[in-house]
Amino acid sequence: MSRYAMVIDTRLCVGCMDCVVACKTENRVPEGYNRDWITEELRGVYPDVRLEIRSERCNHCDRPPCVSCCPTGASHVHRGGVVLVTHDQCIGCKACIAACPYDARFVHPDGYVDKCTFCIHRVEKGLKPACVSVCPTHCMHFGDLDDPQSDVSKLLASRPHHALIPESGARPHVFYLT
Amino acid sequence: MTTLSRRSFLKIGTATILAKAGLESLDAFGVPAPSKVERIPTFCDICFWKCNAIASVRDGHLWKIEGNPADPLCQGRLCPRGTGGIGAAGDPDRLKRPLIRTRERGEEMWREVSWDEALAYIAERMKAIAVEHGPESMALFSHGLGGTFLKHTWKAFGSPNIAAPSFAQCRGPRDTGFELTYGEGIGSPERTDIENARCIVLIGSHLGENMHNTQVQEFSKAVHAGATVIVADPRFSVAASKAKHYLPVKPGTDMALLLAWMHVLVTEKLHDAEFVAAHGHGFESFAAHVARFTPEWAYPETGIEPDVIRETAREMARHKPATLVHPGRRVNWYGDDAQRARAVALLNALLGNWNRKGGFYTPAMMDVPSYPYPDYPKPARPRLDNPDKRYPFAGEAITTGIREATITGKPYPIKGWMVYATNLLHSLPNEKETLRAIDALDLLVVIDVIPSEIAGYADVVLPESTYLERHDDLNVELFKQPFVALRQPVVKSPDDQKPNWWIARELAAKLGLASYFPWNDIEEYLRYRVKGAGLDWETLKREGIVLGPKQPIYQEEGLESEFPTPSGKVEFYSNQLEAAGFDPMPVYQAPDPGPPGSFRLLFGRAPVHSFSRTHSNRLLSDAMPENALWLNADVARRYGLKSGDKVRLRNQDDVLSNPIAVKATQRIRPDCVYMVHGFGHTSRGLRHAFGKGASDSQLVTRYKTDPLMGGTAVNVNFVTLEPEI
Repeated sequence: MSRYAMVIDTRLCVGCMDCVVACKTENRVPEGYNRDWITEELRGVYPDVRLEIRSERCNHCDRPPCVSCCPTGASHVHRGGVVLVTHDQCIGCKACIAACPYDARFVHPDGYVDKCTFCIHRVEKGLKPACVSVCPTHCMHFGDLDDPQSDVSKLLASRPHHALIPESGARPHVFYLT
Repeated sequence: MTTLSRRSFLKIGTATILAKAGLESLDAFGVPAPSKVERIPTFCDICFWKCNAIASVRDGHLWKIEGNPADPLCQGRLCPRGTGGIGAAGDPDRLKRPLIRTRERGEEMWREVSWDEALAYIAERMKAIAVEHGPESMALFSHGLGGTFLKHTWKAFGSPNIAAPSFAQCRGPRDTGFELTYGEGIGSPERTDIENARCIVLIGSHLGENMHNTQVQEFSKAVHAGATVIVADPRFSVAASKAKHYLPVKPGTDMALLLAWMHVLVTEKLHDAEFVAAHGHGFESFAAHVARFTPEWAYPETGIEPDVIRETAREMARHKPATLVHPGRRVNWYGDDAQRARAVALLNALLGNWNRKGGFYTPAMMDVPSYPYPDYPKPARPRLDNPDKRYPFAGEAITTGIREATITGKPYPIKGWMVYATNLLHSLPNEKETLRAIDALDLLVVIDVIPSEIAGYADVVLPESTYLERHDDLNVELFKQPFVALRQPVVKSPDDQKPNWWIARELAAKLGLASYFPWNDIEEYLRYRVKGAGLDWETLKREGIVLGPKQPIYQEEGLESEFPTPSGKVEFYSNQLEAAGFDPMPVYQAPDPGPPGSFRLLFGRAPVHSFSRTHSNRLLSDAMPENALWLNADVARRYGLKSGDKVRLRNQDDVLSNPIAVKATQRIRPDCVYMVHGFGHTSRGLRHAFGKGASDSQLVTRYKTDPLMGGTAVNVNFVTLEPEI
């Protein structure tokens, strides 16, 4: 078995949005929409400020509320814990959009709910997700948490990190090194 | 940074019914299904970095473009602009066919014409200008590699007046400052070994926002390896967020900070005494000169506490020679920029990092012969951008000098401009002067991909193919490892656009200069050069890049340093500056404080845009559709403004900007405001970008000219805020 996760080093991320643009071309996300995005969190008063820049997306949670609320089974958990939406089973009811703690889903202009797939079509061919492959700062890592030798396992074992809204109880699988 | 709207609750309605329509090419997970994909190598042109890329064409349509893993510049990873480069080809606002003006200049009224008619029109007027005023009265403004063949046509025509804004409006002061000190400039890509630096000092240079690919990749590697970063900037840049020391320096006072840093290094004997003894010229005078610039002296000027100045100088010394004080790129800021760059060069010299790992390296280049063209005619009159060497240390032509000559008609008249791939109304300061110069022209031709502002004033507009649709000259790169790279068409131009080499050759033919283009097509030209270099054409076509042999680039690899200055040494004291009547060693001049109650206007780069040319690229404009006005959060509160509120800026000359959204932030000093350059388009043809954000260029009505090299410093404008109701 494998359990995919993403680990992003906020100490290196410059918020350049290459991940956003690469996702859009790889997955042909239509104009006006995006599956990943950049968030900046600033603390302090000038000039003593701290800035955390994060590349965010679907967290491919262990307990995905978007899956449990889906009335048709379109939202489902794929191999490796990747949360996907089967387009032609989606009736566009938006229950998953309301349930997602991370605001990671949107209605594609073609009518179904869309979001990050961890580029499973690439991963299953042995490639990294498009966002990870393109990142000019090498701040993004993708791999299998069930493999203790993977980059992601080693990074999480050795560096302080956090996930977003842990209190959601969804057990998100995108982690941020600090 | 803009966070895009991810939800679209309202759009679902009828679209659901149509859900099946778009699904043929996707599998059940919304994952692109397998189809025929062709991968074609080329190199990028969204900025000037020229990263090597591989474009994927899927079922005949451009799908994506990725970094070429064989490329030493991009290491297989393009920057966001490069990744979004395919949006340039698909931009519906592109110029489609040649246009000839039918109404007044600037009214943007045209008739579509054939290439034959457009080029005949241009050639006829160029010949008339040559007969009446001489061929030198035609000037060419050209930016980037794409201008190679047009420059050739120009020289064949007999005009020496060719200039690019990349000198006087950008990196010129830096190159002049380093040439005066080391005898050599910094070049592009910059000869900075950021990757191996243990301490990186950025002064106003915002790597990470300024997305020059190799630099950002190397910066990230250095940060990851634990390098100390020191950032001095009026704005808490992204790079500042990676820094151990952030110095919120008062705008325009870098020179005081640099002098104080050098004071600490010299008085505390922390400098590289061996390097200075072996290679320095005039160090004793220099040491005496910096003795008075104490950190206590610099404090009231810069706002940086003396302890911080001392501590950061010592930090730099601790890591020497692997401490790199980055020379920056666009540094036309305050009017003494070449001297400021000289101070940066000297600070680096004190750290002994020239030709050292983690400092500056000497780039390597491959020997590729040029094509054997006939000799050019000797122009009857010399270049007029810098008459009587008014700016004695200008190493390249000065765009604004040509503009001034066009207005005054002196030293001789300029009656025609051709403008290639540079939007002069955004790239030159004071657009009124540019418009006055245009008024004096008999002919203005603009060659561009998009209907830029300058195209709106042209008599003839020629639509160019994007870089994804054309060949260009070879990129013979100067870098750590040399290489030769090929740009080749990935897809066909969608309308009647043509590549620049074709335009240059056809125009030459119409001018009776066909003998200057002995090759029949571009591949014949390229093949000649590739073969002459002993390289295999087919390999280059297939791989996109051929690497040259590694050569020593540092002292650590056996390279010996030479300094082609008059003294043959690093010139701490510059006799040539003194002889020309300038300060032989850098001195500080306090910046003009500006009118009370106003903010100094600063601007810079964003990672998803280049110049003013990417704002109608739908992929990139989606990532950042407009710019924002960075305003100190406490100041914003006093003005009753919050993020997202729209304001207009009024400058000291009463110019009022487009509305721009405020970004109230703790990331900027209270005495200045900041915006990303290139927005606020006024060209109606740029339907998508029109009116989005504000244009810094409009507000730059004043500039100070660098007396050494003619650079036009633009951080000398001040604005007040007017709420947009």
